Amino acid sequence: MHADEAVQPQAIGPRKAQATAVFAELASEPGVPKPDPILVVNNVVRRFGGLTAVNVEHVEIQRGSITALIGPNGAGKTTFFNQLTGFDTADAGEWTFNGRPMKGVSAHKVARQGMVRTFQLTKALSKLTVLENMRLGAQGQRGENFLRALVAGLWRGQEKEITERAEDLLRRFKLDAKSADFAGSLSGGQRKLLEMARALMVEPELVMLDEPMAGVNPALTQSLLGHVKDLREQGMTVLFVEHDMDMVRDISDWVIVMAQGSVIAEGPPDSIMSDPRVVDAYLGAHHDAPLSAEEEEQQLAEAEAALEAEAQGVADPADAARPAPASVAEGTSRKEPGDD
Amino acid sequence: MDWTLIFSRAIESGIGSEAVIYALAAIGLNVHFGYTGLLNFGQAAFLAVGGYSIAVTVATFGLPFFLGVAIGIALAVVLALLLGIPTLRLRADYLAIVTIAAAEIVRLVVRAVALEGTFGGTDGLQGFSDSFYAMNPYPDGQYNVGSIIGFDHRTMWVLTVGWILVALSCFVIYLLMKSPWGRVLKAIREDEDAVRSLGKNVFSYKMQSLVLGGVIGALAGFIFALSRSAVQPDLYSTDLTFYAYTVLILGGAARILGPVVGAAIFWALLILISTFLEEAVNAGVINVITVTQVGPIRLMLVGFGLMLLLIFRPQGIFGDKREIALDAR
Repeated sequence: MHADEAVQPQAIGPRKAQATAVFAELASEPGVPKPDPILVVNNVVRRFGGLTAVNVEHVEIQRGSITALIGPNGAGKTTFFNQLTGFDTADAGEWTFNGRPMKGVSAHKVARQGMVRTFQLTKALSKLTVLENMRLGAQGQRGENFLRALVAGLWRGQEKEITERAEDLLRRFKLDAKSADFAGSLSGGQRKLLEMARALMVEPELVMLDEPMAGVNPALTQSLLGHVKDLREQGMTVLFVEHDMDMVRDISDWVIVMAQGSVIAEGPPDSIMSDPRVVDAYLGAHHDAPLSAEEEEQQLAEAEAALEAEAQGVADPADAARPAPASVAEGTSRKEPGDD
Repeated sequence: MDWTLIFSRAIESGIGSEAVIYALAAIGLNVHFGYTGLLNFGQAAFLAVGGYSIAVTVATFGLPFFLGVAIGIALAVVLALLLGIPTLRLRADYLAIVTIAAAEIVRLVVRAVALEGTFGGTDGLQGFSDSFYAMNPYPDGQYNVGSIIGFDHRTMWVLTVGWILVALSCFVIYLLMKSPWGRVLKAIREDEDAVRSLGKNVFSYKMQSLVLGGVIGALAGFIFALSRSAVQPDLYSTDLTFYAYTVLILGGAARILGPVVGAAIFWALLILISTFLEEAVNAGVINVITVTQVGPIRLMLVGFGLMLLLIFRPQGIFGDKREIALDAR
């Protein structure tokens, strides 16, 4: 990947402004109602034996926005994704997508309704070419019926349209040079791109990305970020799970925080990380870590002052035995920078 | 030593009824395993259903031959549905366990003493192929193909029908596998969750694959029964399935002609080795083994050959080395 590929068009488009305006008026409370939700979730519970992996009381996803779902490891984010997309069965609860109830709807029907997901561990179909991977995503293919498949004339025209659409998308994702290669020969980052492009072949309304940046190098991350922002500009809604807070701050309009299976906080990306509930979830309730760089410096200064006062008060005999700091520095300075 | 005999027997087997039967059985397995990734270890059951359908319909109930063919195909569909409904939603290895058990169930049912009146017990059934051979257009006699190989008129008729079925099956598989339908199957082989997330009903496609491969297996069963004019339960044991897998891997899985070429080469080699050993023992060239030991020894040599194949050419004869290399990543 070249560096110039990282520059994507439409980094800030009209939809970004719209989404920001909507969220500006919302309270930062878990389960806060949104003006135009595409997905409404009520009391979804999933238990694995004695462990309650997911217990989400109420959550809404605003249409046309990028919503991030964050939380510590084991918070139930991916399990929650699996419930919503039909890859796992919820024990209780209900949720609607565009007003239609989705509980118990099987995974392929969820996708057909316009709610398409990607996976944390990329699922490129290795022994299919990149182009075949893309074509597979198209819906309503006549040639996917057993009997019609036997008569090429019945599906060839549609196949041509699908191929054109696939090639367009591949160009956008800078994968067009790879279209004849096996998907298994792509790099990890390219597979992520392919998976996202393939999901777009379904023409979804809601794109659900499970850790789209995991294992992607920084240059490609920029390109992926651009593509995610682009989805919103094209009118799609994006819900994604991510651990990288810089990325969350960069692209999301709204952040939902999960911990121990429940939604504990919601809010705009700029302020959510200083929410005490979020800090508690990530660091534990009885932490005393500094919350910002200024506070950290202040605490350090206080600690040093206290130590100095102690050292002046009681002369430490061990001090004399220690080598002077200068000689230590001399000893290490001969080392080459790359030695360690 | 009679080299002409050794080579003529080998070539005859390479295009003979065994090659046809195993080619069809392996084409069915290729749909299951090669394209869809379904680990079906019960292909013998589909052959048994095909063979016994004709035999029972004609020999036991005295009904027309073509009704037996229709029943055979219908029962193959039913067997595929019975196997698929409980197992296709589960992980792939469950299908392997259930199919191997189902194949044994089918074999034990048809050899059961209690059902001897219908299925003929361990002796099986004979005398059902007359109407098939009555349709034989070849006049009685010996037919020589080239200078060293030849078949009688009955074998010629079986082989004509058999190879037509092989060609038709290959043509249908070719049409299907270059279509979007085949693309879904191959995608399921790679990762069924990904296919589900793209809005395809994976269960339905796996079922279609199981039915299609099973019906082609039943065609193999028809030829198996008709070429011998007899069905015997113990011919449909699990060895048959494993030979069919050998043929498939030898030719190259997920290739249209892989099973056909695999079957021809497998049988030609097997007979070449055993005829050579028999001739060599009879002529006194090899005197450390007896003729009765030739059978087991040829299987050892075939096993050894397969090991070499898997080590040096795991993709089979028609396979694409690039695809195998992907798995190593």
